[in-house]
Amino acid sequence: MDVPLKWLAQYVDWDLTVEELAHRLSMAGAEVESIKRSGAEWKHVVVGRVQAVEPHPNADRLRLATVEYGGSEPLQVVCGAPNLEAGQTIAFAQVGAALLDPSTREPRKLRKGKIRGVTSMGMICSERELGLSDDHEGILVLDTDVALGSPLSDVLGDVVLDIKPTPNRPDHFSILGIAREVAALTDGAVREPVDSYPEADSSASDRTSVQIDDPDGCPRYTAILIEGVRVGPSPQWMQDALSSAGMRPINNIVDSTNYVMLEWGQPLHAFDFGILRESRIVVRRARASEQLALLDGSNIELQPDDLVIADAERAVALAGIMGGAESEISDDTTTILLETANFQEASIRRSRARHTETGTEASRRFEKSLNPELCELAARRAAALIIETAGGQALSGIVDAYPGKRHIPQVVVGQPRIEQILGLLPSVETTRGILTALGISNRWLPPNRYSVSCPPWRSDINVPDDVVEEIGRIIGYDNLPSEPLPGAVPEHDIDPERTLSEHIRDVLSGLGLREIITYAAVGADELDAVSPDGGSPSIKLQNPMNTERDRMRTSLRPWGLRTFALNQRESRGGLALFEVGKVFLPNPGGQATERRMLLALIGGALTPSMHGGELRPLDFYDAKGVLEQLGHGIGAEFAIAQHTDDAALSRGQSAALTVAGQSVGVIGRVQPAVASLFNVEGDVFAIEISISELAPLIDGVVTVASPSVYPAAVEDLALIVDESLTAGELEAAIRGNGLVEHVELFDVYRGEPIADGSKSLAFRVHYRSPDRTLSERDVEKARRGIVRRLASQFGAELRDS
Amino acid sequence: MALEVNLDALESEARSALAAANDADALEDWRVSWLGRRGRLTTVLRGVRDLPAEQRPTIGAGANRLKGELESALAARQDELAAAESDGPTIDVTLPGRRPPLGSLHPVTLTRRKMERTFRDLGFDVVEGPDIELEEYNFDRLRIPAGHPARDMWDTIWIADDHSGGPRQLLRTHTSPMQIRYLERREPPIRVIVPGACYRYEATDATHEWMLTQIEGLVIDQDLSFAHLKGTLEAFVRRMFGGEIETRFRCDYFPFVEPGAELGVRWQGDWLEVLGCGMVHPEIIEDAGLDSSRYTGFAFGMGVERVAMLQYGVRDIRHFYRNDIRFLREFDRFRGSA
Repeated sequence: MDVPLKWLAQYVDWDLTVEELAHRLSMAGAEVESIKRSGAEWKHVVVGRVQAVEPHPNADRLRLATVEYGGSEPLQVVCGAPNLEAGQTIAFAQVGAALLDPSTREPRKLRKGKIRGVTSMGMICSERELGLSDDHEGILVLDTDVALGSPLSDVLGDVVLDIKPTPNRPDHFSILGIAREVAALTDGAVREPVDSYPEADSSASDRTSVQIDDPDGCPRYTAILIEGVRVGPSPQWMQDALSSAGMRPINNIVDSTNYVMLEWGQPLHAFDFGILRESRIVVRRARASEQLALLDGSNIELQPDDLVIADAERAVALAGIMGGAESEISDDTTTILLETANFQEASIRRSRARHTETGTEASRRFEKSLNPELCELAARRAAALIIETAGGQALSGIVDAYPGKRHIPQVVVGQPRIEQILGLLPSVETTRGILTALGISNRWLPPNRYSVSCPPWRSDINVPDDVVEEIGRIIGYDNLPSEPLPGAVPEHDIDPERTLSEHIRDVLSGLGLREIITYAAVGADELDAVSPDGGSPSIKLQNPMNTERDRMRTSLRPWGLRTFALNQRESRGGLALFEVGKVFLPNPGGQATERRMLLALIGGALTPSMHGGELRPLDFYDAKGVLEQLGHGIGAEFAIAQHTDDAALSRGQSAALTVAGQSVGVIGRVQPAVASLFNVEGDVFAIEISISELAPLIDGVVTVASPSVYPAAVEDLALIVDESLTAGELEAAIRGNGLVEHVELFDVYRGEPIADGSKSLAFRVHYRSPDRTLSERDVEKARRGIVRRLASQFGAELRDS
Repeated sequence: MALEVNLDALESEARSALAAANDADALEDWRVSWLGRRGRLTTVLRGVRDLPAEQRPTIGAGANRLKGELESALAARQDELAAAESDGPTIDVTLPGRRPPLGSLHPVTLTRRKMERTFRDLGFDVVEGPDIELEEYNFDRLRIPAGHPARDMWDTIWIADDHSGGPRQLLRTHTSPMQIRYLERREPPIRVIVPGACYRYEATDATHEWMLTQIEGLVIDQDLSFAHLKGTLEAFVRRMFGGEIETRFRCDYFPFVEPGAELGVRWQGDWLEVLGCGMVHPEIIEDAGLDSSRYTGFAFGMGVERVAMLQYGVRDIRHFYRNDIRFLREFDRFRGSA
């Protein structure tokens, strides 16, 4: 909302700089987004006086003017304007000023020049040259008594505050609304505009009627009839005011309605009464395929949901948005019907979105939810202005259809509540002063309460705390006290999934992986790609940001793989990324199910450096190493079982992960066909774990073992086993012995002298007891037990060393 | 035969040979050739008894002294060489190092954690809520019914209703629904923050993303006032941005608070909005089954990315979810300290 300060000054006085005024308004809730100054472009244009006018010696149409402008000597300029007269106060452009070229309207720098042989030391400006209007008939004559030589911007310039209203304050879409803020913030008072006019004897209700078929869509409709208007240009002050607020002047009737809209925030519309069939108004929903030609020249086909203003037969305006072309005020109009109505915001919003691109000044205001009580105030003010600027006479009374009238509640707020919420108690005088300046009528109810009612231009004073806010914001939040929280710290919730998620982030980033956070929406084709055997159903978005990604992710894989591919070129050596995030699953009939997942992706190659080493592609065991360290770091014993039925992973290089027998995820090489769909080059290995399923399996209560003070006995155990046996099975069996503290596989050997179909696995076994030093006999006994078990369970033979 | 003995010359020769010996083998050779059974000094000492009687005491004493001296010189030289050997050869210290990989947390995680730590220090609980919310919680129960002009403040991404048949669902536009959910399960005193992802149907540019991370806060207890809102949030901002930071509270509007405000900080000369806040609307307190004349409190919400942008001088919000590791690497220095 553009608020020109000259216009604002009609209603309220202030003694603040523009910046300070803007600051106080912003702090109190009327945010000033920018301060625009018109006239800043008029450099070197000053107030001057025509001292004398003489004929030009060489041209009949030109004259020579001697101009005083506050400089030491008057200057002589050549001027062709017919209205030039000695004694006029004028806008004098000195050499160097940038004026608009009257024909091209582009800025052009003024130079000293000779016109028909006479030197001209500047220019007396027309309105067009200053960019004020199209008028180029003659020079602009000023009505001012400021000192000669003052910048023209002191006289004609204005400052406009661009204010961004919050949704609860439609009154901030009006100059009067801002004036009330200024009055409250400066201990001032608002001068209310004139809203009285003489009325004829005959009654408007005898000549017209208003029928509201849709009271929900139109809670109130008022009509005033004015006869005998003469349509013509509105007076200059009104045109200037509208222009300064960014509206184009049209004629005295339309300008008056627009003026009141900007002044009060209530949109109005004037119909040519003579055009209305049966001279009456019907507010109704549109009929199927009803047509309407609008003021802007467009023709629209109405929908049955559109609220229209109609006469007895047809729609004549799209309610609250734009008038129709046919009933538009024309030069021949003599009787007008002045509409001041209230429309339901949701209905206006739907029609606006359907029929216009950006909405109109009227629809913007209706969408903020106006108080229907405002109609009458604005209607009377507009009628007074129309009669002032276009003549005519109003028929008596206002035709007022008001099906949505509601009782206006008195809000009673006590001083204790004010103090409880603000933390301080302002005096009765301060409190009532603020409310009165804001136009909120108030009474003091002894011993300690106020009774307040919401004014017609607002809808947001309904409960005591609404009044408290008015007082707090005008005093200024920065002037309220500040205190630390009192009382005990409340009990905290424990969320094991959240705790585990953070734990995993710490462990993995400590292992050299980089955390990524990706978008929650993916394409259905992408989900299919990472679940070649058919994944779980996904949740569809009604209005996705990108129509190709209209599903909530059921897997972290698509964005993970895409991010991996994006970074492959920039990664030096291997690349290791992880994401901890949610996936979303449909839950028919209820709220969607959300699960926390981990996805880690590892790939690329360690490159040799000048220190030696060879190019080594990262492989399954690098990923498994990360998994093992993760398990170690979070206290989860991952059991790994050869193969998974996850079709996105290579069957021979993948494994299912379980903890305490429960499936928690997978690890493996991403199928090259899947990875390449996301432009991944080369192998990439994935670890995918359901944090939601893992969290309950991790025992939160941990007993940390004390290190044994007794020495360990370390022995190597080389076994020959069938090729089909996995190292994991053997290792688990060795670990089963009570004296075994730790086992590590250090060699796998195939070939001579081992028979084909067999392999040799060499384990280093650490035996230790927590309570004594193991004797050779103890170890011997333990080893025999292990070997016996391996032999019977797996057919393993001890290899002779 | 008179033995010509010049002990000074002998000493000088032995010492220069010792200095020339550069390893253990050379030292042993030296020891053998000077102090060994057939060593030169040993030979001199043995020859003393053949000397004329008047020379015997002087030469004998001198040779014995020299033997002692050479033995300690040998020991000193052995120590010297051992020290040199353990020091090792000189290497080019300007060659590149072998770097272990440095992992990283995402900058949004770093900033979110710093914010969480700060609020935990102030006694706040940390909980999370669902990203896919019911319309009722995201809007209606926060006093934003359908058709309310304030709904325009949040452009919403809706869940297509072709599979549920249940209540309308959406991607939460703010973390505020957790105010209601937390109030459903907890009694005052309440002091909680809710971090989480939010979504807006909004074109992306350098300062807008359709997905963002918010931290919501809710505090309810007996007789809390705007002064406690100010004290708490000022403490948060000081801990987050440093004790010298200037703050201000401006009136703003959110349907679920009254009075409503916005907290700004002066950052590099400009006032920047950091969070929205206000006193919890009495209807929300009553809806939770509490007496709003006794229980009052405040709520606030802020964007984690926006704070991260301030903290780290990030100019384009879109960097966060693009996850370019050249961007992510920039945060290595903030590991663990944020």
